[in-house]
Amino acid sequence: MKIDHRLFWELRPVRLWFVTAVGLGLINGLLVVALAYTLTQIIDQVFLQDASLQVVRGQLALLIGLAGLRWFVQWGSEFSALHLTDHIKTNLRERLFGHLFQLGPVALAQERSGELVNTLLEGVESLDNYFRQLIPQLFLMLLIPLAIFFVVVPQDALSAIILICTAPLLPLFMILIGWWAGAVGQRQFKSLSYLSAHFLDVLQGLTTLKLFNRSQAQIKTIGRLSDDFRVATMRVLRVAFLSALALELLTTLSIAIIAVEIGLRLLYSKMEFEQAFFILVIAPEFYQPLRNFGASFHAASAGNAAANRIFELLAMQPIAVTIHAIHKPSPLPQPPFHMQFEGVSFTYPGREQPALHHLDLTIKPGQHTAIVGPSGAGKSTVINLLLRFLEPASGQILVNSVPLNTLSPEGWRGQLAWVSQKPYLFNTSILDNIRLAKTNATLDEIMWAGEQAGLAKFVQQLPQGWNTRIGERGARLSGGQSQRVALARAFLKDAPLLIWDEATAYLDAELEAQIQTAMENLMQGRTVLTIAHRLHTIRKADQIIVMSEGQVIESGTHYELLHQQGLYYQLAAI
Amino acid sequence: MTDRQIIKRLLALLIPFWRGILMAVVLSFLTIGSSMALMGTSAWLIAKAALHPSIAELNLAIVGVRFFGIARGLLRYIERLTSHQVTFRLLKNLRVWFYEQLEPLAPARLMVHRSGDLLARISHDIDTLQNFYLRVIAPPLVAIGITLTMLSFTGWLSPILALITLFFLILGGGVLPMIAWLSGRKTGQAVIQTRADLNIELLDGVQGMAELLVFGQAQSHFAKIQAINRDYLRHQHGLAQRSILQSASGNFWVWVSIGVLLWAAIPRIDGIMLAPLALVTMACYEAFLPLGTAFQNLGGSIEAGRRLMTLVEENSPSTPSQAVLIPPHYDLTFENVSFQYSPDDPPVLNHFNLTIPQGAHLTLAGPSGIGKSTLINLLVRFWDYQGGEIKFGGYSLRDYAPETLRDLIAVVPQNPHLFNATIRENLLLARPSATDEQLESAAKIAGLDALIATFPDGLDTWVGELGLRLSAGERQRVAIARAILKDAPILILDEATANLDRVSQQSVLKTLQTEMQGRTVIFITHESPKGDLPNSICVLR
Repeated sequence: MKIDHRLFWELRPVRLWFVTAVGLGLINGLLVVALAYTLTQIIDQVFLQDASLQVVRGQLALLIGLAGLRWFVQWGSEFSALHLTDHIKTNLRERLFGHLFQLGPVALAQERSGELVNTLLEGVESLDNYFRQLIPQLFLMLLIPLAIFFVVVPQDALSAIILICTAPLLPLFMILIGWWAGAVGQRQFKSLSYLSAHFLDVLQGLTTLKLFNRSQAQIKTIGRLSDDFRVATMRVLRVAFLSALALELLTTLSIAIIAVEIGLRLLYSKMEFEQAFFILVIAPEFYQPLRNFGASFHAASAGNAAANRIFELLAMQPIAVTIHAIHKPSPLPQPPFHMQFEGVSFTYPGREQPALHHLDLTIKPGQHTAIVGPSGAGKSTVINLLLRFLEPASGQILVNSVPLNTLSPEGWRGQLAWVSQKPYLFNTSILDNIRLAKTNATLDEIMWAGEQAGLAKFVQQLPQGWNTRIGERGARLSGGQSQRVALARAFLKDAPLLIWDEATAYLDAELEAQIQTAMENLMQGRTVLTIAHRLHTIRKADQIIVMSEGQVIESGTHYELLHQQGLYYQLAAI
Repeated sequence: MTDRQIIKRLLALLIPFWRGILMAVVLSFLTIGSSMALMGTSAWLIAKAALHPSIAELNLAIVGVRFFGIARGLLRYIERLTSHQVTFRLLKNLRVWFYEQLEPLAPARLMVHRSGDLLARISHDIDTLQNFYLRVIAPPLVAIGITLTMLSFTGWLSPILALITLFFLILGGGVLPMIAWLSGRKTGQAVIQTRADLNIELLDGVQGMAELLVFGQAQSHFAKIQAINRDYLRHQHGLAQRSILQSASGNFWVWVSIGVLLWAAIPRIDGIMLAPLALVTMACYEAFLPLGTAFQNLGGSIEAGRRLMTLVEENSPSTPSQAVLIPPHYDLTFENVSFQYSPDDPPVLNHFNLTIPQGAHLTLAGPSGIGKSTLINLLVRFWDYQGGEIKFGGYSLRDYAPETLRDLIAVVPQNPHLFNATIRENLLLARPSATDEQLESAAKIAGLDALIATFPDGLDTWVGELGLRLSAGERQRVAIARAILKDAPILILDEATANLDRVSQQSVLKTLQTEMQGRTVIFITHESPKGDLPNSICVLR
């Protein structure tokens, strides 16, 4: 029975709509009272005072008129709730997505992208119930019964007392049930999703099962698991439904008590039919908002976990200024770039070992610099710092003597091209995937870049050539082909600084040679930084920097380093 | 497949449960009936009391009020239990049924839908169908029962009232929800479409974030997402508008029908029955509320059913051969084998020839995409070749039952699937009867023993969804150990060591070659063959 208080904060910008939704909801409740009153008037006059249709015709018309008015009011109330929910969902989703960009790719590397997308889409969606129903009903649950109570008091105090005495029992029951069923429900929900996940796992592994001739045996397992689940769930549901039964009995019995009680008093002329009938009609309406709330509360419990996750993500602090234009950026230095790391240290959050430890290194303009070293040496961190996905914890990076963190991230990134280890390809055409690097590029330019990267032959075989959507039939790109798309992007961008994170594996010799040739073309006349995994690709580099445990331990040309017989020599020997 | 055929097939799945369903429907009918009776008797009780009769005349009504009050709650309770039982049993049957249909199709006929997306959708569809009974079948049946009850009650009062009731119930309970559903159908599809688009863009945004930032496209991608998100919400808004209109109109309809019924009843019936008539009418609408969603769920169920059935129907598998041929020896010969995955695809193998004698250790090398993995698919008969002949033990491969071949050939595929279970369970898949010693020795050959030693739970370590708690290299080791445990005369490793570092690669390959003496071992690699692989090398071009 707990609603995340941060959800209420989301209501602030739309509070007028919220007040309208609740206000009209209350009027809706009062109209029901008016309808019930009119109905009792009509029946009383005809039944006990022998009035003819002519006499009550006006009231019958009023009844239908009130029903019409109620239509508008109910619509208005629910529309306001819908409107504010739309607003909050739009806002929350956009805010969350924007926040993810501020956190940057490095901070999010810990998270599973499927889960993030799910939170953005389903998570935000599951709040719908909260804002459209649960929160307005929370208020109406208090307001409407109270209003009905005050209407009933002058009619018949005894019935009013029965109503007001039984009313708190409902929320009390709901709290007890919610408190108990919440835990059980959570567990059930988990095992249900476990069952779905198991079925999915089996479907995905069907080929493997067949390879081991075990696929037939799974039929029994699926059946058995489903049965186990049914038995376990029914055991829980039996109790959960029992508590729902208690709730229902409580309301029906109190209506029955009221009916008998007023019937008997009516019999002994202690009360008028008109009042008695009115109370009978209105009694179920008294409990209705409480029951509505109970029902929505059950349905909204999925939203709780989602709300938690959303606010948890929103509360994550960015570890670097990855996107926002900084206040007064220094003017961009002119290429060629002379880059210098001066005593740069960096530690990833949640780790003890620093990734970089007082790192000093220089990347000279127009030269090809390569960084090598065992995994965990800090090579990727150097790139992440240069890409402005991270910021040094201490020390600084200078570009032509200007501190890198005083430049606008967007402006600086405009000066560099990056070929990542695992380039991401967007769910668009190959053409658009290359175009990413330069949105105003002409078709010729893009195709030229693709040819330079050695994509032309492959693209020709595709059904729709350059316009083939990646991921569609026949156009699933292999690791090597994705690398070439990334290369084409770099060719198209034509930036003065090139950063190349070499792929670790999965290239056959021929492909590797092709990419190497393309790469050498691309390197002409640029400042290049390579993270190398296979040493034969960087023999020609002007400078090779060998890193280990966040520091530079040796540097020089290939032959100089071999001569030193240090770590490079050992790495090269494998 | 037409909607009608699908509904027919879906109903056929319900047949084994007809008793439970009938009982649940009857119970649901009785629940709403009690609620109507409760309101009716209460109203009559009060009306009668107003005439000051003797208390004896009220006794029956008082008992009735109490009885129906309690009956309603109890009946609802039993109804819920019954209907949930039915739903869970139905879900089990659906899963088993679908799995049985799908199993013969994998993987050849499922290749078109290669990704996990389709499989995820399947399990989602099955979850949708489990509500077919609860949300689609039961509500109209209950509504019909309640309509008949209402007709007899009002007809008993006056025939004209029955006619008016029929009009209001058919229009309010059937026609209006149907119109609402039909008019919202297009919007509903637009919601699904924009939602899929949004999903794609969000995924692109999250996974391609680094690229978007580096190429300065973050803002424009954000704008794109903003636009789709608003589109999505706009369509959603349209759908929600309809449901709001429907619920407001439903309430309106209840009171209008009470008003009109009274109008007609006042000159015609005994005044004492006016109050019961009004309250019974009010109560009977409870049976018609779920009809609006029933229409929507019917649409969803048909779509889900269509996807599942088309998948199964259009791919009726070839009849398996009944042969129980056992190969006399394990020589493999490819003679002029030609193969293409589908008539639209380029041929993968073109007059391919190769002989692999029993017990040979062999490396198959060649660039990616040349058809190395296809050889495996042909050997285990996931696909059948179109030209030439593959001979196994001197007989054509086609003469063997696929199961026989799969028993004799152990494969470590390029992307092995690990099940979300323990390492032990993943290994036991290959040989359920394996002893701990056998497990350990297989693990040792794959170099998995050192790894297992570092886990506190050892072999009982949980590998996670798709084995993702392990690294790529660790997953490959598990897959290698699994294939070795199978103890088959032929072992094929497809890029099985690609994710291991050079040192581990060498040691695994070396161990394999000594341990697998006497068995046929085929190593498939895209790399140029190096010294650590068997000498007998076949380079494909």
